[in-house]
Amino acid sequence: MTETSPPHRVVVVGASMVAHRFVESLLARADTATTVTVIGEEPHRPYDRVALTSFLSGATPDDLTLDRSVFDDHRVDLLAGDPVIRIDRGAATVLTASRATVPYDTLVLATGSSAARPAVEGADLPGCFVYRTIDDLSSLREYVAERERQLGRPLTGKVIGGGLLGLEAVGALQELGVDGAVVHSGTHLMSAQLDRAGGDVLGRLIERRDITVRTSTRTTRIDADRTGRVAGLEFHDGSREPTDVVVFTVGVRPNDALAREAQLACESDGGVRIDDTCRTSDERILAIGEVAAFDGRCVGLVAPGYAMAEVAADRLFGGSATFPGYDDSAKLKLSGVDVASFGDALATAPDALDVVYTDPVGGVYKKLVLSDDASTLLGGIFVGDAASYGALRPLVGRPLGADPAAYLLPSGGMEAPAGELPDEAIVCSCSSVTAGRIRSAVHEDGCADAGEVKACTKAGATCGSCFAMVKKITAQELTALGKSVSSALCEHFDLSRRQLYDAIVVSRETTFSGILERFGRGRGCDVCKPTIASILHGLVGEHVLDGESAALQDTNDHVMANMQKDGSYSVVPRMPGGEVTPDGLVVIGEVARDFGLYTKLTGGQRIDMFGARLEQLPDIWRRLVEAGFESGQAYGKSLRTVKSCVGSTWCRYGVLDAVGMAVRLELRYRGLRSPHKLKLGVSGCARECAEARSKDAGVIATENGWNLYVGGNGGFTPRHAQLLAEGLDDDALIRTIDRYFMYYIRTADRLQRTAPWLADLDGGLDGLREVIIDDSLGIAGDLDDAMARHVDAYEDEWAATLKDPDKLTRFHSFVNAPTTPDPSLAYVAERGQVRPASDEERQSGSVMIAGTTLEVRQ
Amino acid sequence: MTMVTNPTTPVRAARWVRLCAFEQLSVERGRAALVGDTQIALFLLADGTVRAVSNYDPYSGAHVLSRGIVGTAAFAGGAVIPTITSPLHKQSWDLRTGTVVETHGHDERHITSFAVAVDDGQVFVKWEEA
Repeated sequence: MTETSPPHRVVVVGASMVAHRFVESLLARADTATTVTVIGEEPHRPYDRVALTSFLSGATPDDLTLDRSVFDDHRVDLLAGDPVIRIDRGAATVLTASRATVPYDTLVLATGSSAARPAVEGADLPGCFVYRTIDDLSSLREYVAERERQLGRPLTGKVIGGGLLGLEAVGALQELGVDGAVVHSGTHLMSAQLDRAGGDVLGRLIERRDITVRTSTRTTRIDADRTGRVAGLEFHDGSREPTDVVVFTVGVRPNDALAREAQLACESDGGVRIDDTCRTSDERILAIGEVAAFDGRCVGLVAPGYAMAEVAADRLFGGSATFPGYDDSAKLKLSGVDVASFGDALATAPDALDVVYTDPVGGVYKKLVLSDDASTLLGGIFVGDAASYGALRPLVGRPLGADPAAYLLPSGGMEAPAGELPDEAIVCSCSSVTAGRIRSAVHEDGCADAGEVKACTKAGATCGSCFAMVKKITAQELTALGKSVSSALCEHFDLSRRQLYDAIVVSRETTFSGILERFGRGRGCDVCKPTIASILHGLVGEHVLDGESAALQDTNDHVMANMQKDGSYSVVPRMPGGEVTPDGLVVIGEVARDFGLYTKLTGGQRIDMFGARLEQLPDIWRRLVEAGFESGQAYGKSLRTVKSCVGSTWCRYGVLDAVGMAVRLELRYRGLRSPHKLKLGVSGCARECAEARSKDAGVIATENGWNLYVGGNGGFTPRHAQLLAEGLDDDALIRTIDRYFMYYIRTADRLQRTAPWLADLDGGLDGLREVIIDDSLGIAGDLDDAMARHVDAYEDEWAATLKDPDKLTRFHSFVNAPTTPDPSLAYVAERGQVRPASDEERQSGSVMIAGTTLEVRQ
Repeated sequence: MTMVTNPTTPVRAARWVRLCAFEQLSVERGRAALVGDTQIALFLLADGTVRAVSNYDPYSGAHVLSRGIVGTAAFAGGAVIPTITSPLHKQSWDLRTGTVVETHGHDERHITSFAVAVDDGQVFVKWEEA
């Protein structure tokens, strides 16, 4: 900057979201020789109007304020609460309501639009509101509170207009405790974005949320009561309905009055005419956002406004950006329902084809619009499940590359191929960020993860629907660069579980606080705390409720039972190998009966008793421990069960003693904490009745000894275990499993089961064999020692807990009422046992049993 | 949600209710307390602060938050807030305000928070009569 050139003065009329984005973008490009004055009508800094409804659920105006640093910049002045009332183009100045005259070199109109009220009688009565500004919402809230007091009952309310904003508003009314209904003149909700079928599904979903929807209905008059406040509506068919409050969401009108008075070219339907550089008919005046009419129309969405803001800022500094036209895509959550529409959603292109998936029961409607040859994606609609929106929207105008129906199937359908997205495809429509821009953020701006890409490009920063896609592209580019994708455990530790394990071993830290201070930050979370508790348990071997580690455990490990959906617990005593004596069975039966527990056999040959309350657990276990049972650790990321067939002792085909070996293995590995649960199976012959090959370690008897299979999984991704070693004798079998488990525990990622661990392991099965059988790393002795320490240190967690009065206080249901049952628990009888009551059963009062039976001591 | 007032009692009376002795709390492990039929989850943080929020998990419908894991969450601006994570589906809330900070893809459901006072070794919450 030289002394002689005065700064370029930019004046922005309107302190909107779009104005905020414009100033932010301008500052990023401008040198110091630019000053910006933003003049706003509302007495607030620019705020997030998209999140306006959160104001009613407790957000303060401060929470909604957009990034303040933009207006804290010394080059920027904000005149809030002082609207511009005239533009003098000749003198190049604007005049504000307080009579301040502000000169400009460039003027930017970002005056937005205002909510329309329909021209019906009574639309201005007290109790009629629009839904646009913080002030609108706070007056609505005050009115509802006051009116409720006056009338002494909950209110009813009507929202006139069933578009985007109307559905937002009726949700807000419900939030305020008002019984809300939507009145819409069109045939279906959101008629601008959805087709009839989609709108009908949306209507049904909204009605499921106790909101009445009335379509094809025009309001003709609004009636007042004696006090002059809103009391009812009259419709075009002559019918009437009472109402205490009315919210109009019948559309917006561009605030173009200033521009019209200044004789700028405007559209007859409203809006200041701009070209694709955002210039108006006066080349010193630009218009952006909802007030700007491009191609003859204005659009009330924030994303195109942001795009215009970027173009305007770029042009001011000699750039050549152009506004590409409106992208009407939108993904929203309206009164709790996901809705999205993009591209040519209403299939206006000639000969466009529809592919529709609809599930009226589940309340899902999905439609893709395709070119006449069914190859190119033109647009789409999602109602009730918009999971594939983020992946499909960038593909508009491009070949789908797969059967379109595959993208519409339930549970998200097929993943769209991010790798094939061309550079120019828009990934984030809110901020107009292309796939190419994300790639360059990684390659040129050096972003090292998706969070940095978001901060750098703003992709995924507004509505977040595309963030999964941003992550995916970022990971692909990082991998292409040979950089590792972050394996950080969580926000508190940059290390992966495996690195953390090594760090703890080497540093000899034995407390969570010590580990956190040395290797992490903050106070931890539900990811790192249980992980470190598990690592420490293996290394230090203390009781799960000892010292600081008690606070690290998930509730299941903390109370040594499995939390169920209603907050009660289930109890599983250990039965090694699935073997139980008749006396043991009797005790379990008596305990279950006395405490009223629902009883079921598990998939791992155990007995599970459900419905135990927190304060009952010690009493239940006192009886089980007395009868010789110990904790089955069904709650832990640890050895669960060793399943077995009956083996050679009884079975006429049996080759070896499967039950004996199963019992031996279970007693050896019981209580062993690991990255995920561990299951074993032992079959006494090749018929494999124990289904051992679906286990982490499967043992199958042969004429030549035991065969050991590893890395099997049931569950979500089933996998058969692979043969690691053949013809082992008992000791060799146990030694091999010892080393395999210990090596897994030391090196696996958090919640990584043995199957994916083995798949990721260097050299796979052969690599494992080299380490634990050929001892290629020379660590086999360490692994043996670690397992020997585990076996020596084992004690039954429940027996130890029952001896310690201090630990027992943790089972008090309430700190101020230690034995009072959770009053919210409710059960009904089914097939002779109890089960938790459903919401409907609670509401209808048909609940038969309040809590399971009272404890009975013997 | 907090705006809904019961029309028959326009003014709510607030009083301090004693829940337990401070020494009954352990660091970063919650305890439930009962006031009438309302369940409150109490937490003693590592810095000695006591926080109280509703024990009700609005995502699962069960009263379990006192049995969740206490931690912290850091935000882009550098702010670090204390959090509680539900043991059922791992949503988490700001322990100071009850604002949900991790919804795991669900809609936002906030929980009630209560003012806490520790006086003479006793823990009190500010209780507004419904």
